[in-house]
Amino acid sequence: MSSYINKPNPGLTVYAWVFIFVLYAPMLLIPLFSFNESIYLIFPIEAFTLNWYLELSDTAPMWDALWNSVRVGLISAVISTALGVFAAKAITRYRIPGKGPIVSFMMLPLVVPGIIFAVAILIFMNRLGIPLSLVTVTLGHLVICIPFAIATLIPRFEGFDPSLEEASADLGENGWWTFWRVTVPMVMPGIFASLMLTFTISFDEFIMAFFLTGTDMTLPMYIWGQLRFPQRLPGVLALSSIIILISFVMVFLSLWLAKFGLQDDQKGAGA
Amino acid sequence: MADTTIAQTQAASTKPSVDLIKTTGFLASLLQRYEILRGYSLLAPALVFMALGILVPFGILITMSFWTPAGFEFNTDFSLKNYQDAAERPIYGALVTRSLWISGAATLITVMFCYPMAYYVAFYVHRNKMLWLILMTLPFWTSYLLRVFAWKIILGYDGLINSSLSGMGLIEQPLEFLLYSQTAVVITLTHAWAAFAILPIYVSLEKIDRSLLEAATDLGDGPWTRFFRVTLPLSLPGVMAASMLIFIPTVGDFITPALMGGPDGMMIGNLIQLQFGRANNWPMGSTLAIVMMLSVGAAALVMYLMTEFLKRRVA
Repeated sequence: MSSYINKPNPGLTVYAWVFIFVLYAPMLLIPLFSFNESIYLIFPIEAFTLNWYLELSDTAPMWDALWNSVRVGLISAVISTALGVFAAKAITRYRIPGKGPIVSFMMLPLVVPGIIFAVAILIFMNRLGIPLSLVTVTLGHLVICIPFAIATLIPRFEGFDPSLEEASADLGENGWWTFWRVTVPMVMPGIFASLMLTFTISFDEFIMAFFLTGTDMTLPMYIWGQLRFPQRLPGVLALSSIIILISFVMVFLSLWLAKFGLQDDQKGAGA
Repeated sequence: MADTTIAQTQAASTKPSVDLIKTTGFLASLLQRYEILRGYSLLAPALVFMALGILVPFGILITMSFWTPAGFEFNTDFSLKNYQDAAERPIYGALVTRSLWISGAATLITVMFCYPMAYYVAFYVHRNKMLWLILMTLPFWTSYLLRVFAWKIILGYDGLINSSLSGMGLIEQPLEFLLYSQTAVVITLTHAWAAFAILPIYVSLEKIDRSLLEAATDLGDGPWTRFFRVTLPLSLPGVMAASMLIFIPTVGDFITPALMGGPDGMMIGNLIQLQFGRANNWPMGSTLAIVMMLSVGAAALVMYLMTEFLKRRVA
């Protein structure tokens, strides 16, 4: 490592920490004010209270919305990760003509504005005569989650040596059992990462839900509805704080598993 | 004990495969022989779903843009009326242009703020690099709605800035320009997408061969000259990728303008949403969605060509 290029740069270090602060500060205001006794958003905070959280636990529509979001999230996570495992294996292990365009096509939802897919699926469902419900929301979420599942799983497949699978085949296992007894355990951290990431994406997703929700609301839709009423602000703050906490923990674990697990394996392989 | 378990699992593992070959003998042998076919069959579930979830709806969207509304149903005769409206009524063009400007501004500002951050992690962080990357991208994965909401808390009419300023007696009336303005939309978009812009820039910086930088220094370039002549040009692909990743999705955003924009900050996404909501004119909404896609595509193409041109000038 050449020292004259990598000299510590105090200016840039300060910038980095300020950047991180600005990135997180707005979001941390939400939990901060959720403990505020006053319903007005004003510094300094008057008195500490847990009232808003307690009040929240009595709100039946919120619990319904939460349960809906959890169901949609779990189903989206399991299906997109399952499809993602097969797709990632195919992409990393097999010679597939037209692989580049196919992969780019499947990654489209990462780039195209969400509203386009949402209204397109809305029209599709309408033409098929399928009424809007949590099922249509789940379908919309799958379109968004599958690319993320594949993108999370591909590095995992690239990170482990295909000769392990070949060894298993040489020792007499067929493809199916090699998959379950060698491939799946090896990519397990990636599978967990993908499950948690896709669950969080679905749990937090708003645009698809906005267009595809029927009568049963998901949690972000519930919050959207509450934003119209200023007097309900403290409750929204409390609910949002819980969602932010869950999302942070899930995504942190997911990214950690996806990236760190990989690094450890590579170190192990190199040693 | 352990041996018997292994024997059992082996027995269990061979038995279904024998059955499988017997029942689906032809297909199985076909799959065995052709690697390409096996690859495709593994890919198929995801690919078929994505095709059904993207191509088919998109085809119907295009079809519907040529229809006209008729009461609660649609008149399915081919018509260019929607496109004519989109071209002739100034509100549509104005909103598309404004959306492109707002997103363009947000993209430019985001990339400018994120570049030094990515540079820092790529060149100055040696330990815990992964932790830094996770720390920077983490907010991106949390609810978009709540990130926008957070800014409403800060900039809002009864928000943090206004309440605190009037609490201190500095202002009599709440500052209205904070919320419901294009500035508010640009600030919120910049903050919401910052986490996403860092990664592509970081990757392109990380890829740069360090010996090139040493060579530049050895040949007498100072830090700034070296940066502008070597590092920046080599990281342009990452900057380009980051710009696209922010610019294209944000043009269609309707949450941020709805919560932060007010009438002046309304974007094309809001109008599309309106057509599918209260205005209940789905064909017009479809047309606007397609017009938006085409404009974004054209704008992105111009951005791409400009970078290519710049790259050639530098090289």
